[in-house]
Amino acid sequence: MIEGILIGLQTALSFKNLMMVMIGCFSGTIIGMLPGLGPMTAIALMIPITYGFDPSTGLILMAGVYYGAVFGGSTSSILINAPGVPGTVATSFDGYPMAQQGKAGKALAIAAYSSFAGGTISAIFLLIAAPSLSLVSLSFRSPDYFGLMILGLTAVAAFSSKGNFLKAMMMVVLGLMLASVGQDTLSDIPRFTFDNMNLSDGISFVLVVMATFAMSEALTIIFKANDPTKAAKQISLSQLGSIKLDKDETKKMVTTIPRSSVLGFIIGVLPGAGATIASFLAYGMERNFVNDEEKQKFGKGSVNGIAAPETANNAACSGSFVPLLTLGIPGSGTTAVMLGALLGFGIQPGPRLYQTNPEIFWSVIMSMYIGMVVLLILNLPLIPYIARVLATPRTFLIPLILFFSLTGVYLMSFNNFDIYMMIGIAVVATILRLYDFPMPPLILAFVLGGLMEENLRRSLLISDGSWSFMWDRPLTIVIMLTIIFIVGWQIYKSFFKKT
Amino acid sequence: MKISPSKLISLLFFIFSGYYLYTAYQIQVFAFDENAPFNAKTFPIYLGFAGLVFSALYIILPEANPTNVDLKVLDYKKTIGLVILMILYGLTILRAGYFLSTSIFLVASYIILGERKWIWIFILSFPFVAIFMYLLHGLLNIYLRDPFLKYIGIMG
Repeated sequence: MIEGILIGLQTALSFKNLMMVMIGCFSGTIIGMLPGLGPMTAIALMIPITYGFDPSTGLILMAGVYYGAVFGGSTSSILINAPGVPGTVATSFDGYPMAQQGKAGKALAIAAYSSFAGGTISAIFLLIAAPSLSLVSLSFRSPDYFGLMILGLTAVAAFSSKGNFLKAMMMVVLGLMLASVGQDTLSDIPRFTFDNMNLSDGISFVLVVMATFAMSEALTIIFKANDPTKAAKQISLSQLGSIKLDKDETKKMVTTIPRSSVLGFIIGVLPGAGATIASFLAYGMERNFVNDEEKQKFGKGSVNGIAAPETANNAACSGSFVPLLTLGIPGSGTTAVMLGALLGFGIQPGPRLYQTNPEIFWSVIMSMYIGMVVLLILNLPLIPYIARVLATPRTFLIPLILFFSLTGVYLMSFNNFDIYMMIGIAVVATILRLYDFPMPPLILAFVLGGLMEENLRRSLLISDGSWSFMWDRPLTIVIMLTIIFIVGWQIYKSFFKKT
Repeated sequence: MKISPSKLISLLFFIFSGYYLYTAYQIQVFAFDENAPFNAKTFPIYLGFAGLVFSALYIILPEANPTNVDLKVLDYKKTIGLVILMILYGLTILRAGYFLSTSIFLVASYIILGERKWIWIFILSFPFVAIFMYLLHGLLNIYLRDPFLKYIGIMG
């Protein structure tokens, strides 16, 4: 393990990778600040750039963008009450009221320190837990993996469905259907290609991500431009106030950060949960922990109310790397995008990753520490300047997002068929989003589709076509029962319980 | 009878799943694989059935939280304009080349969205694309076919 850490440290501290962490954190912070553009979009925009790098560097860049985007999301939450990332919605509950009191600088500082602390503590957890988890996960067999993938998909569907689980499940199926286009991996038999050569290799992952996130997000913003409920609020950066914290505020943060870090990390590790759930749970938990006097301040600019969700969402980001790196199963939609990118590099994350590619495994973990330091340096002194990006008129911003999306796809294939397909998927995705059909389950399903089919194939072949593999082993039974519980509860909640 | 847009989308998904399932059954597998526990069409068939089940459930069960969208406030003109512009971009990129088609696409998009600051429109189109192209072509060695730049002698 020590040797692995040293290898990781060496790789992460190379000049090129240090630059990538900085570029990733910086660009992620800026993209994360823009309302509507979350870490998933930020990473999707980075994928074409990472193709020129080796896997470690590419992953380090994407990880930097990830933390940066989550971190940056808090800025727009606090300054204009428009969270750039769902994970920072809870931050706006107290951050925005504090900013309105002329203490925006203080709110941003609390967010920066909390994010740093949460990210660092959870990176230590990751360092300790990841190898042991990967050893445990070696005992997983094909049926368990198949079950875990369904669990991941149903969990993501449950958390992102906004009360409409069946809509999310339809998106899961649609994602899997899109993944089934192209030649069958084992027999090379063409499926759903309609004799079109452009489809024989399947639909590109970058194309689907760009279409469903960056492009459809841009189209949705224009589509809803006249909607009074969605009107963008003008940003006022004239009063940021001091960024210094007094003793009392520091004391409050010291008690909040450890418990929110633990909660955030645990939530992040669970497939499907991620930063959004972690931040909401931490906010709720903190409200129950504080005294009555402090409880009254919640929603009106409470220090604990900012520190808790900010700590938890960053801790969850690190936590979500555990299932990604050790099991090959993404803990969130964002890590699903990263899994796709890793597969694009020819790397299969899983229990053996830290044995076969230790430099990748450990360098990503090590780059997290460095990333947190970079983010702290960025967020404190540079925030007033970076925040001016928020003032970029959408008349320029939207075409530039479309430009990056189209270029990203064109650079992969150099044919216009992919551009047309991307436009088609983006238009469909825009309509679906309009009616609250969530996109993260679709992406996760698209990424996991191939692996799911592979594990189902193995399981069915081993059991000679019998579905008994689902209850042959205690571990598989536990996973399947969890899935049944999630599906049953969500259907009940969606249709028989008003939210 | 009034059907909600979400149910209508689910109905379309139901029809799509039915078509997907039909196409899955048409996949030609090897003769020796025909009766295997798992072949190239097994997974797609399951997916087709899953799509039918979930969409049918959504259509049949009552909607607890229906999504209401005020269609009158949506900006169709600009959105459709951008989509048409992207299709035109796809049509021209191979013929006119990356530089010209991308720059014109950006200029037209800014104008469609109502921007009239001409200096910024210019800076964020032709010079911006030129710098981006230099990054890709000159620094990252990613070849971008460009008949226009080749014609005027800038690119080899």
